[in-house]
Amino acid sequence: MNKVIYLDNAATTKVAREVVEAMIPYFTENYGNPSSVYSFASKNKETITKQREIIADALGAKANEIYFTAGGSESDNWALKATAEAYKDKGNHIITTKIEHHAILHTAEYLEKNGFEVTYLDVDENGRVRLEDLKAAIRPTTILISVMFANNEIGTIEPIKEIGAIAKEHGILFHTDAVQAFGQVPINVDECNIDMLSASGHKLNGPKGIGFLYIRKGVKIRSFVHGGGQERKRRAGTENVPGIVGIGTAAARAARTMEERTSKEAKLRDYLIRRVLEEVPYTKLNGHPEKRLPNNANFSFRFIEGESLLIMLDMKGICASSGSACTSGSLDPSHVLLAIGLPHEIAHGSLRLTLSEETTKEEIDYVVESIKEIVTKLRNMSPLYEDFVKKNKK
Amino acid sequence: MYTEKVMDHFQNPRNMGEIEGASGVGTVGNAKCGDIMRIYLDIDENQIIQDVKFKTFGCGAAVATSSMATELVKGKSIYEALKVTNIAVVEALDGLPPVKVHCSLLAEEAIHAALWDYAQKNGIEIEGLEKPKSDIHEDEEEESEEY
Repeated sequence: MNKVIYLDNAATTKVAREVVEAMIPYFTENYGNPSSVYSFASKNKETITKQREIIADALGAKANEIYFTAGGSESDNWALKATAEAYKDKGNHIITTKIEHHAILHTAEYLEKNGFEVTYLDVDENGRVRLEDLKAAIRPTTILISVMFANNEIGTIEPIKEIGAIAKEHGILFHTDAVQAFGQVPINVDECNIDMLSASGHKLNGPKGIGFLYIRKGVKIRSFVHGGGQERKRRAGTENVPGIVGIGTAAARAARTMEERTSKEAKLRDYLIRRVLEEVPYTKLNGHPEKRLPNNANFSFRFIEGESLLIMLDMKGICASSGSACTSGSLDPSHVLLAIGLPHEIAHGSLRLTLSEETTKEEIDYVVESIKEIVTKLRNMSPLYEDFVKKNKK
Repeated sequence: MYTEKVMDHFQNPRNMGEIEGASGVGTVGNAKCGDIMRIYLDIDENQIIQDVKFKTFGCGAAVATSSMATELVKGKSIYEALKVTNIAVVEALDGLPPVKVHCSLLAEEAIHAALWDYAQKNGIEIEGLEKPKSDIHEDEEEESEEY
């Protein structure tokens, strides 16, 4: 096989043809600034409204509750920092989890340096938040609960509806980072009592550099980017019209194809998981066995290190990712894998494969064969495996 | 990110394996940080390294530096081997990314640990050889800075 087998769709996705085609006129023909008075440009305002409606429909929200941003990280930063600022008179306590994306974790750490107190909830061995832990963490000063909808590494889907109910019962705002979940699983903000939700375009076959924050009407957070009066004066900057058309088109497409696409992906994903667990010894599936994103598989292979595995997969044309320290630029492996209780050396040997609707069974078969070959090769090279084999012989 | 030489040594590691009844064995690093290296030395009565093998748990750079280190000490006297520094290993590989330089330190340390084991077993003292640290990362500090 000479072609690239792309199994890193949690990192980013291919922009769908229909998305690109919808965007192109907004670069070269309808390039006007939506804030301008003349009709040539101002009709772009209607285009933006239409995208807002599409996204609101997908979430069971209202169009004027959708605020476009430059992506998931900005949305997360905005939700946390602006809530902290707006509600600081009510309290200074925020609850989140140990398995959030760094866009949440590092923002929470920043807030801690600025006088806020943050509780980072533990998760169970499958990566799910325990509701009793959440309830126990709530204080009279708690102003925000932020729990991701689904985890980007291990794919576990959190009990968002139950968390939303707890937040509502206590009168606490609830934000969810849905960057991985939006377009992959059905989301209804009212059913889940979600007050704020972050999402990003490039995870759902849309373009990079565009995202949104859903802010429920009545949530009093202010602008994060100051300047002009765009986005109902809550997010300044000339609108990224092609990007907005891109994320709107991608959201419509994701909603339209969700059922068929995700059931196809989940079926192949389950086939992949079954084969790897059956055919590669000393291997573990990370994340919840059922409550997980339809395209996510995450394994730990004992006695080997993730970066070596990634390089060898790359030489076979396979794109994947790992929670190994060497891929993160620090000495510690993924915080998510440590939070689900994996020992360091096992966390270093993790592999995340995230499928797309274009992934085929032939590709999965090739990937499984490649994994088997590479894992064997790396284990033969590993002093940890040598010790393990010798110990077992005794 | 890696040079051609690093990729070559990663894909085709030299001297990978074990030596039964080796004259000296050294294991350094720890699994917590993601790399462990083990070096086996077969040293003859003239203190010449006749054979050397390695096993490594770690990233591409860790495997490549182990492989290169074994090449640099093979056929050398124990005193020549002692002079093989991590810098020599890095240079022989045409360089390493800055975040991976610690892997080359591990390779140097593994050779020293194996020589130390050899000296202990034979009741000799090798001038200039210090007792190996149990964990190469003990003294390292994280460099990340958040704003």
